[in-house]
Amino acid sequence: MGGMAAPQVAPVETPATDEVPASDRPWVTIVWDDPVNLMSYVTWVFQKLFGYSREKAEQLMLDVHHKGKAVVSSGARERMEHDASQLHAYGLWATVDRS
Amino acid sequence: MFRRQGDRYVASLAVDEVRVLRKVASEVVGLLTDGFDHTDPVVCRLFPEVYPDDAAGTAEFRRYTEGDLKTAKIDQAGAILAALPGEGGGEVLLDAEAAEAWLRALNDARLAMGVRLEIKDGTDLGAELDDAVAEDPSSSRVFQLSVYAYLGYLQESLLNALIE
Repeated sequence: MGGMAAPQVAPVETPATDEVPASDRPWVTIVWDDPVNLMSYVTWVFQKLFGYSREKAEQLMLDVHHKGKAVVSSGARERMEHDASQLHAYGLWATVDRS
Repeated sequence: MFRRQGDRYVASLAVDEVRVLRKVASEVVGLLTDGFDHTDPVVCRLFPEVYPDDAAGTAEFRRYTEGDLKTAKIDQAGAILAALPGEGGGEVLLDAEAAEAWLRALNDARLAMGVRLEIKDGTDLGAELDDAVAEDPSSSRVFQLSVYAYLGYLQESLLNALIE
């Protein structure tokens, strides 16, 4: 995420981009599938909390439902913990992880 | 079931509905106050481990967020108790804020019951209920499954009224 492009030519000392230290990678909030929560409710929560359009919220809900989980937001760790606690307040099963 | 009336959300509740809603909302409050215990699977579901592979990280997160989350959940269950008509039944009238609190509280109650009833993905509620009735129509499982189904309908009707 973000707008920074990787340099075209890296100095020899710089590690390849797939070796970015774990501590520099952004974090993600993941919502897991759950047999109780109504699909319409989950869609509504995504719209409500993240301001996502109905289409995007619905797609995320379907991802959760069919794939078992979906990344619903990404960014700084503190921000993801905030998102997760909000999702817990709505009863969604959310965890935080590195992307 | 709920319907929209101007900027309010209204439902007419029968005696039994009032009784059931008071019971489930009180049980959620009880779970979050007297009996709060992380080893209870219901508490685990309402307060998930934010870092499933990092117990220390989860404990740290809980230290900062759990008090507020618990208060929020007690308050939203309280919003149900506050808006219920008297024992004889009657109308519930909610503004937008109370309607959202009800949605979240109904969801908490369904999550708690879903864990106890061992609801799984693909559980056919009608078939479960038929089986339970065949086994013993007066069992607590029949009652619990009926309440669980009722709360789902009520939550869905309120959500539909809210987004229509």
